[in-house]
Amino acid sequence: MIFTFSWLKEHLDTKANENQIVDQLTNIGLEVESIKDSKNELADFKIAKIIKAEKHPNADKLKVCDVSIGGNKILKVVCGAKNARDGLITVYAPPGAIIPKTKFKLTIAKIRGVESSGMLCSESELNLSEDSDGIIELKGKEKEIGKNYFKSNSEKVIDISVTPNRADCLGIRGIARDLTASGLGKLKKIKKNSYTQSFASPIKVSITKDKSQGCLAFGSCYIKNIKNQESPKWLKEKILALGLKPISAVVDITNYVMFDLNRPLHAYDADKIKKEIIVRNAKENEKFEALDGKTYTLQKEMCVIADSKEPLGLGGIIGGTSTSTEFDTKNILLESAYFLPESIRKTARQLNINTDAKYRFERGIDPNSIKEGLEIAAGLILKICGGQASKFYVAGSAINKNKIINFNIEKFSKVIGISITPKEASKILVSLGCDVKTNKNKLVIIVPSWRPDITNDEDIVEELIRIKGFDKIKTVEPTKKREKETLNFRQKLIHLSKRSMASKGYTEAVTWSFTDSRIDTMIASGEKKIEIYNPISSDLDVLRRSIFSNLLVYLKKNQGRGYQDLSFFEVGPVFFGKNPGEQQVVIGALKSGLVNRKSWLEKERKIDAFDVKSDVIKTLIDLGLNEDDLYVSNNTKSCYHPGRSGSINLKSEKGPHLAYFGEIHPAIISNLDFKEKNIYGLEIFLKNLPEPNKKIRISKKNYIVSDFQKSERDFAFVIDKSYLIGNLENIIKKIDSDVIQSVSTFDVFEGGSIPENKKSIAINVVLQSKNKTLTEQDLDQLSQKIIQVVKEKTGATIRS
Amino acid sequence: MSDLNNIRLSFNQKITAVNSKDSLQNLKTEFFGKNGLITSQFKNLGTISQDKRKEFASDLNNLKNDLNDQLEKKLLDLETAEINEKLKGERVDVTLPIRSTRVGKIHPVSQVIDEIASIFSEIGFSLAEGPDVETEYNNFTALNTPESHPARDMHDTFYLEENKKILLRTHTSPVQIRTMLNEKPPYKIIVPGRTYRCDSDQTHAPMFHQLEGLHIDKDITMGHLKGCLDYFIKEFFEVKNVKMRFRPSHFPFTEPSAEVDIGYRIENEKIVIGEGDQWLEILGCGMVHPNVLRNVKVDPAKYQGFAFGMGIDRLAMLKYGINDLRAFFETDYRWLSHFGFDPLDVPTNYKGLSR
Repeated sequence: MIFTFSWLKEHLDTKANENQIVDQLTNIGLEVESIKDSKNELADFKIAKIIKAEKHPNADKLKVCDVSIGGNKILKVVCGAKNARDGLITVYAPPGAIIPKTKFKLTIAKIRGVESSGMLCSESELNLSEDSDGIIELKGKEKEIGKNYFKSNSEKVIDISVTPNRADCLGIRGIARDLTASGLGKLKKIKKNSYTQSFASPIKVSITKDKSQGCLAFGSCYIKNIKNQESPKWLKEKILALGLKPISAVVDITNYVMFDLNRPLHAYDADKIKKEIIVRNAKENEKFEALDGKTYTLQKEMCVIADSKEPLGLGGIIGGTSTSTEFDTKNILLESAYFLPESIRKTARQLNINTDAKYRFERGIDPNSIKEGLEIAAGLILKICGGQASKFYVAGSAINKNKIINFNIEKFSKVIGISITPKEASKILVSLGCDVKTNKNKLVIIVPSWRPDITNDEDIVEELIRIKGFDKIKTVEPTKKREKETLNFRQKLIHLSKRSMASKGYTEAVTWSFTDSRIDTMIASGEKKIEIYNPISSDLDVLRRSIFSNLLVYLKKNQGRGYQDLSFFEVGPVFFGKNPGEQQVVIGALKSGLVNRKSWLEKERKIDAFDVKSDVIKTLIDLGLNEDDLYVSNNTKSCYHPGRSGSINLKSEKGPHLAYFGEIHPAIISNLDFKEKNIYGLEIFLKNLPEPNKKIRISKKNYIVSDFQKSERDFAFVIDKSYLIGNLENIIKKIDSDVIQSVSTFDVFEGGSIPENKKSIAINVVLQSKNKTLTEQDLDQLSQKIIQVVKEKTGATIRS
Repeated sequence: MSDLNNIRLSFNQKITAVNSKDSLQNLKTEFFGKNGLITSQFKNLGTISQDKRKEFASDLNNLKNDLNDQLEKKLLDLETAEINEKLKGERVDVTLPIRSTRVGKIHPVSQVIDEIASIFSEIGFSLAEGPDVETEYNNFTALNTPESHPARDMHDTFYLEENKKILLRTHTSPVQIRTMLNEKPPYKIIVPGRTYRCDSDQTHAPMFHQLEGLHIDKDITMGHLKGCLDYFIKEFFEVKNVKMRFRPSHFPFTEPSAEVDIGYRIENEKIVIGEGDQWLEILGCGMVHPNVLRNVKVDPAKYQGFAFGMGIDRLAMLKYGINDLRAFFETDYRWLSHFGFDPLDVPTNYKGLSR
């Protein structure tokens, strides 16, 4: 909502200066968004005299003018206007000035070889009128040469943001009223012109009883024999200050009243109305040409103002071209109506129109302001354009029965924490326009019709503290007491998993929860995609079913920036359905490139499955799991390389699924056209991690160590190539879990003397007893047992 | 007596000449061997008269200990010299580069969420969460947002179905609803999380992070709200004083509603939070609307309290001098390495938020 200080002061009698007003506006909830010095834009325009105008040497239609803006300096300005002549006093814009019409910033430029410093302006260029036929001619301004052309405009334009509940402040009078409530002055009486209304309007108005009729009341005034014309300067300047274009006195007056009193109006050329006004629902696919130059196709239940033939306007939103007023308009019909906010909102949304009137009606206009709007606007029209006004006629009724609220003053201190006296409360409410009767602590409040937002106790509390000032609320120090844990187990896991992954060299990414369905489908093939009905763009059209859907794309982008050895992770939601809750938190990570790239110390090698396996296992250990409980299998899913990936489950293949790891499927890598194709990934499903028993976590296990000699034995087995070594290790561990402390494979070998379908593996076994030093005999016995059991269960033979 | 002196003199003379372990061994044999000079003196003890024997024996023992000490010290010196000689040939160029490791970082959003949790933990809030996909009821209706509110438009909210029943939450406030429906009052929660709006330009992203706060009890007033936010802002920006302004505003789910501005100034092109004559809007808050409480079956005659909501990304930008919101979600390795945090940089109450 835009206004100027001088306009505000037409309603507000105050001694406060501009800064005080601005501060107070913000304090009472009318946040000042900007204060623009209109000076900045318009002060550049000077009154100037053409000393001499000569033909441009290289162009027939241009002139080179010697221009004086006072003092001795003469400026050379190239001008194309026919009326540029010696001695003419006009308006000059120097380089740096912004032309209001085009928003074009002037620079010193050569025009056909002659340098022009600035330009001479037409009325059209200054948005003063449509007149672009020649530059402005000022008469009798000889003494003002060098002075600013825009005088009264050199005041500030204030832009405040009005919250949707405060329709009343979309009029300058409403803003003034709020300021008076806060003690910043007095509200002035509205000046009204008196005039006689001796005849009835010849245009009949009716509101049809359509289903969900959007118009409750339609007030009208017929004004005949007017002489429409350009608005007087005071009105033009007001319209310009609002950022609007002056059109004609009739149109400017309706706009003026709308911004002044928050009372939208519309003026029809009465002679163009066919017979009568019918306020009705539109017919399906009815066409309507609006004042914005567009033709709209209407739907049923849109409220139109029509004559006997066709729609003349979209009620409360925009007028039509067929009855628009012109300078030669003689008779007008002035409309002041009440439309239901929901109806306006629905129609405007369907047609995608936004107008100042729509903006006000959808927030709620004072339903009791119909006659006042007609009265003031008709008065102004008669004053400026002459003519005679008819009696007002209001079809329908929007008279609002004022709401009554019984308010107990203690409610205020209960919510706000400080108290207010009934006297102070009453004073505030009365200045906001309420009628208040006080009986001890009880207030009976009659709410004014322009405040549809005030309906209950809380609204009253809000009004009171808003005006009293939020700065009066006493701060209560928070108590440092904790009754519940800050984080639950799952939340701690999320926190810890991020730190754990980052400490393993992964950089944390946060990517959209939505993604490109083409990539998402590549990764989660076979599952149903989760579409967004109104995506922001076609490449963010589904909810992601994997962290990889976005992370892969970003990995690629970073490769494009010249980085190859990258590790990224994200901890966030992935979705498996479109219903609330069909999501889970997953750690997803990608790792690409080489280890020891260009190292003088170590051999360079590619990232492999054991890098990500190691990261998965170490992270799961960080998250509180016991390494012995991690069951690794070669189960995998389609986004991984089928032979170079695996799964981790808790305790057994059937246990909760904790993670996947491995090489990303080469088909995906090739599809996405990665530069560095060596890419591995891991996913950890946090919801499947078991919540440990709190007591066990707090007290550590008993400390048991063996002081007896530890021995080691190495075995070399020849086994089927496809046999999983992890299973073999588990078999050995179980042979005597008391004595066998660890089993670990330290060599895998194929080829050479080993048969084609076999592999040779070397396993180190650490043996230690809790109650004695193992003798050679004990060790030999156990070794034999290991060889025997392994042979029985796996078919492996010991290599001699 | 003079015998012992002679032995000492002779030993002292000889040991200075020793320069190898072999010659040291020879010296040892010469004095302590089977026929060594010291050994012989012990053998002669019996021949010394009774009255002088005791004194002689004592002198002899002293001499023996002294010479032994010298031999041991000499041995140590020789060994040290030997090692030092060997080390002369063992050299690495320590200025060569170290083994390369990948350095991981924590995203600023995660860091700030941890900071926030740490701050609110101190005053007894616990963390609550809810799903990203929400019902229209939890996201709007239960929060007293009218059917016709512009936020419900397709160009503001992402919907999963044309009938607008299921959507991506536009704020973290539906978690208030979930918490109050599932638990009994009092409520004291913070809710950090992802939120979504159909908006995308330099200063808006279609996904961003919000922090919601809710404190409902029997006597929670706007004074508590002020105190809570004052505490949070000071702790978060790690400053003693913050100029703060509550400004009346309007939200469907709170009444009275306020927006909070904090003071700032620009110094050397950097923003200084807490003082200065400029105002920066950082959050919205208010007393929970009784309609919201009624919707979750909490009696507004018995319970009341406050709620607030703020942008986590924006807090991160302000605190850490980050200019571009979009960059948070672009996973640029360079940006993340620059603005990310060391994984060991865990914000805690006892050691403070930052290192």
